[in-house]
Amino acid sequence: MRLQDLQQPAVSSKVFIQRDYSSGTICKFQTKFPSELESRMDKQQFEETMQTLNNLYAEAEKLGGKSYLEGCLACLTAYTVFLCMETHYEKVLKKIARYIKDQNEKIYAPRGLLLTDPLERGLRVVEITIFEDRSIGSGR
Amino acid sequence: MHLGESMRECEYSQISTRSSTPMETPYKKRTPKRKKWEAFPGRNKFYCDGRIMMAKQTGVFYLTLVLILVTCGLFFTFDCPFLAQELTPIIPVLGGALFLFVLGTLLRTSFSDPGVLPRATPDEAADLERQIDVANGTTGYRPPPRTKEVVINGQTVKLKYCFTCKIFRPPRASHCSLCDNCVERFDHHCPWVGNCVGRRNYRFFYMFILSLSFLTIFIFAFVITHIILSSYRKGFLTALKESPASVLEVVVCFFSVWSIVGLSGFHTYLISSNQTTNEDIKGSWSSKRGKDNYNPYSSGNIFTNCCMALCGPLPPSLIDRRGFIEADAPQMAPPTNGITMYGATHSQQSHMAAATPLLQQQSSEPVIITSSPENGTSLPARASLTLGGPCTSLPLGQPTPPTSTPSLSCHEAADMLPIHGHTLNHTHPLQEQAAVHHYLTPEEVPSPPGMLHCGSPLGHSHTVQASFYNPASQDSLHEDSVRGLVKLSSV
Repeated sequence: MRLQDLQQPAVSSKVFIQRDYSSGTICKFQTKFPSELESRMDKQQFEETMQTLNNLYAEAEKLGGKSYLEGCLACLTAYTVFLCMETHYEKVLKKIARYIKDQNEKIYAPRGLLLTDPLERGLRVVEITIFEDRSIGSGR
Repeated sequence: MHLGESMRECEYSQISTRSSTPMETPYKKRTPKRKKWEAFPGRNKFYCDGRIMMAKQTGVFYLTLVLILVTCGLFFTFDCPFLAQELTPIIPVLGGALFLFVLGTLLRTSFSDPGVLPRATPDEAADLERQIDVANGTTGYRPPPRTKEVVINGQTVKLKYCFTCKIFRPPRASHCSLCDNCVERFDHHCPWVGNCVGRRNYRFFYMFILSLSFLTIFIFAFVITHIILSSYRKGFLTALKESPASVLEVVVCFFSVWSIVGLSGFHTYLISSNQTTNEDIKGSWSSKRGKDNYNPYSSGNIFTNCCMALCGPLPPSLIDRRGFIEADAPQMAPPTNGITMYGATHSQQSHMAAATPLLQQQSSEPVIITSSPENGTSLPARASLTLGGPCTSLPLGQPTPPTSTPSLSCHEAADMLPIHGHTLNHTHPLQEQAAVHHYLTPEEVPSPPGMLHCGSPLGHSHTVQASFYNPASQDSLHEDSVRGLVKLSSV
């Protein structure tokens, strides 16, 4: 009857988790549990997701022997080495994308939520889309 | 019958959007898929299908290129043969290597993305606006520049809100007015390389000026050597006459050396203290500002700072130039529900984008973008509300609360009712409206979704179709405020 029935679940709202700059310019997101999600999921689970994400980003931006080596090698080869090799950062970003997909499948989708990879938002926010809960009924 | 009329109106609009996702208008479907660089909002130029990204003004870059190519060309043609013979062939080889390195780093600096921050999506922008308004609680005039304070390593840093990009700039980011982009770790806009220098291309820029200093000194030194050696045999003037190119090279190099070597030295200092040109010029971390003023980003160790700047991990470009523009996944409830949705499809976004300049003109008044005519009536009553007119254009967009109240209570909606009914000659739509409270528009969120909850007390949960599509009445209703928005949104 309704057009909506033919379509995917409608978006009820979106929550944006902003960046946490207290540690400087490194990529880190706030882990504070947003009130909009209170009815949908565990605080602990959410914090665990955010903490893991933060750790992954920290790993991407980590300054250590490996990244210095990569930087020097790149400089010596006039950065042509990246034509055949991925940077460490890109590798970790792929890892993050897989993690987010995994989290969505296991934890968020069953609760009518969707985590958007922050890379799609320019690493500004973690966007969580809250889908309307159709189980409650359309109230028609 | 009113209901019938509005139903008809509503159906008309629905037909136009029925093609795929609810709010996608037909024209969108007809256009072929474009790449994101084609719709990039900043003032950049793109080449090679988005692979190359430069600033708008590239004239000086070509000058740089010509100067380097010509000088080196002359050097290799007129001086190198002599030098290779008289001294050692290593000279041209070394010169060649330096030249290639300079060229490589120059092109890399000029063509790469300096670290542009993509602009906020309409949803994000609305969310931020909402938070700011809740925090400020101001109405009327454009509020003072929005800032956020954050403590980094014991130092208080102010994060400014960028009105163009609609984001709070990360620390050390700055908005380049020439390129009209926010750039991470913005150093400066360099016309010589025809691009901004920021987080992603700073090391290339530094390598460029460093190697160019070496090259300039190299050429200068060896051209002088050539002339001196020549003049031993043939006399000074003859030597000069025989290779006039050398004179040109000496002149160019002489004037370049001062500026380039000076610049290299300056940037070496910046790198070792982990500052950007921007910060240095402003004296952000200067001890003159205060006793306790120090650079929170510096690791304290010169070597570490250098390593961080030059050998640290290189973040990928955030703007995904070569990706395809896609209409967002269905993000809006179909109009039938009449819910004020907290998201927008692509077409919505374009409207939002169009509408936002107007928003800012109207002193950043929040835009209530709901189809509900109720909201329209609130206009005369509440100065802080601005409304989009025709449903198709600005319906389920980003609701922002009236600044005066965190959430419109049903009480207020009730206030609006009588007026609304009167002006619109539509009592039905109001009653139809409802439905919303059954949907999980988060009630905790202080935003107009709350408003629509008010629909429910009105009675039945009918579809909003009735209320939604009545452009004519809506226009007449809040003509003054939405004049501009209506123009923009009349697709």
